[in-house]
Amino acid sequence: MLEIRNLHVRIEDEGTEIIRGLNLTVKDGEVAAIMGPNGSGKSTLSYALSGRDGYEVTEGEVLFNGVNILEMEADERAASGLFLAFQYPVEIPGVATMNFLKAAMNSQRKARGEAAYSTPDFIRKVREASGRLGISMEMLKRPLNVGFSGGEKKRAEILQMAMLEPKLCIMDETDSGLDIDALKVVSDGVNALRGPERSFIVITHYQRLLEHIVPDSVHVLYKGRIIQSGGKELAQHLEANGYADIIADAA
Amino acid sequence: MLKRVEKLTQAEEAMLAAAARVPASAGRDSAAGLLRERGLPTRRVEAWHYTDLRNLIKGFPGPVESESKPEVEAWLGSITAIVPSARLSFLNGRLVAEDAMPTGVTAKAASPATGFRDGPDMVGILNTMFATHGIEIAVADGAQVETPVELLHGMAGEGAAALRHSFRLGAGAKAVVLERHVSRNGLASHSNTVTDLEVGDGCELLWLFAQEEGEAATHLSQLNIRLGADAKLTLLLLNAGGTLVRREVDIVSSGENSELSIRGVNLIGGTSHIDVTTVLQHEVPGVTANELFRNVATERGHGVFQGQIRVAKEAQKTDARMACNTLLLSDEAEFSAKPELEIFADDVQCGHGATVTDIVDEHLFYLRARGIPEREARSMLVQAFVQEVFDDLEDEGMRDALDARIVTWLEHHG
Repeated sequence: MLEIRNLHVRIEDEGTEIIRGLNLTVKDGEVAAIMGPNGSGKSTLSYALSGRDGYEVTEGEVLFNGVNILEMEADERAASGLFLAFQYPVEIPGVATMNFLKAAMNSQRKARGEAAYSTPDFIRKVREASGRLGISMEMLKRPLNVGFSGGEKKRAEILQMAMLEPKLCIMDETDSGLDIDALKVVSDGVNALRGPERSFIVITHYQRLLEHIVPDSVHVLYKGRIIQSGGKELAQHLEANGYADIIADAA
Repeated sequence: MLKRVEKLTQAEEAMLAAAARVPASAGRDSAAGLLRERGLPTRRVEAWHYTDLRNLIKGFPGPVESESKPEVEAWLGSITAIVPSARLSFLNGRLVAEDAMPTGVTAKAASPATGFRDGPDMVGILNTMFATHGIEIAVADGAQVETPVELLHGMAGEGAAALRHSFRLGAGAKAVVLERHVSRNGLASHSNTVTDLEVGDGCELLWLFAQEEGEAATHLSQLNIRLGADAKLTLLLLNAGGTLVRREVDIVSSGENSELSIRGVNLIGGTSHIDVTTVLQHEVPGVTANELFRNVATERGHGVFQGQIRVAKEAQKTDARMACNTLLLSDEAEFSAKPELEIFADDVQCGHGATVTDIVDEHLFYLRARGIPEREARSMLVQAFVQEVFDDLEDEGMRDALDARIVTWLEHHG
């Protein structure tokens, strides 16, 4: 699914290198958790993978199903099946959630040479997906994320993910700002989307999320590099002991 | 005192020469005298600070040929409706076609009572110099007029035309008016339209101004309103054309407890200069006014908003708010905003805010990360920014028609 080789990323405005020779392989259907202390490069990695302007890749390559996506624009990466669930979904006044969803779906379909959804087909699809996530049609008429609670915003992200049916989902600290009930709704939403054809990169600070979305592999990110990889027990080790001993071992 | 000009510009000379051919009247002579003495206003005149008319008006074409031809009448007839209406069509400053007016509305062509205000009222002065025609419209007391009355002004020649209308809405009447301005593209026409509007007590009026003239057109217009007690007035403005545009709205609240809402969109592209200047004069207590403008300036466009709110000593409990938000989409585009509050009453709420921004990067990235290409994403964000102005319009047909015009404009200037 995804192969990251010797990736180096710097933030253009600051000039400092944040990702420094990162290697990671995610197999089809795999849920890979990336954990790391503050400032280790978690968000930079998610932005670099999804193609945000201002994140400059200076070295390395990212192969997504064999294609180097680093030359592609953000919208082209999305159309090819990459999805970033934002840590802080942005509020966009004046753009109704429903219209946005339709524009996103049909833009991606167009880019892939598929026919656009008709309005009735689209509405049916939205109804099904939003019902499962406890999102009302009323909420979808509101401007995108405007006035949504933290939980609503994250559920709206999962709704988008369910509608767009990506191949690889990058989840950037999806648990931040969620209470335990919302965490469960969001995790159930993600688990429902798991399958042999779809992979996830779950970026998080805490093991808590990984109790609900059980990963196949866990990777520790520190100073822009993966310093240790293991199974789900690695997350439990981190929860119990913190990052200090793993960082010390790697040094 | 305003200074005497030493030497007239070519445009000023041409205006005075053209005025000499208009049938003389006392008002016309004094208006021409003022132009001769002061010249067109420059940036040194505060009310024209951002629209230096003397520099911007390079020439004056003389009166447009008023004889109309079938071909241009057909063009005017082909201008699509915003909503179904009873239309009065003016071509090159003359009434050329009129639909039957709805029950309760009378319209008759008239030789207008021209005039201008004290001070640098150059739109009024020029109108007084040139306007010999106009329409007088009256809505009967209590009439509930469903069909919008449309004043469609078309310019189809390289020349100038002026009109002066008067519009009176009787007490308790309800009406919708569409004031529209179009011109054939590429023609350096010069239009001047002044409307004196009296809104009676307890009236409910929606007045839409839509200016979509061609890219070489000069447009000067003014709407002078006296607002009665307990009246409800909604003014909508859309500027989406013209090379030099000055739209003035002057409202005197002369009856208590009226409600006033002004919502405008200015789309400024190419090399156009679009100025909207509003003056709200609160002379009585309890008037609520809410003013919102959203502007998009792109290419080498220059936009101006001047919003004046004057609250007289007697006008307690005035609640007046004004906001002007602009998206600047190119490095060469410019927008100037000047709010002016003059408050002499002590128990009032007045506020104003002006912002100038670019598209927010986070918004753009979010849309692109969902697969929406950059050009489309930008256009969605710009549309959202301006369409909010008309969001709560009750008439969905009108809202959709305005939205469609905004989309079309953005497609040509995106």
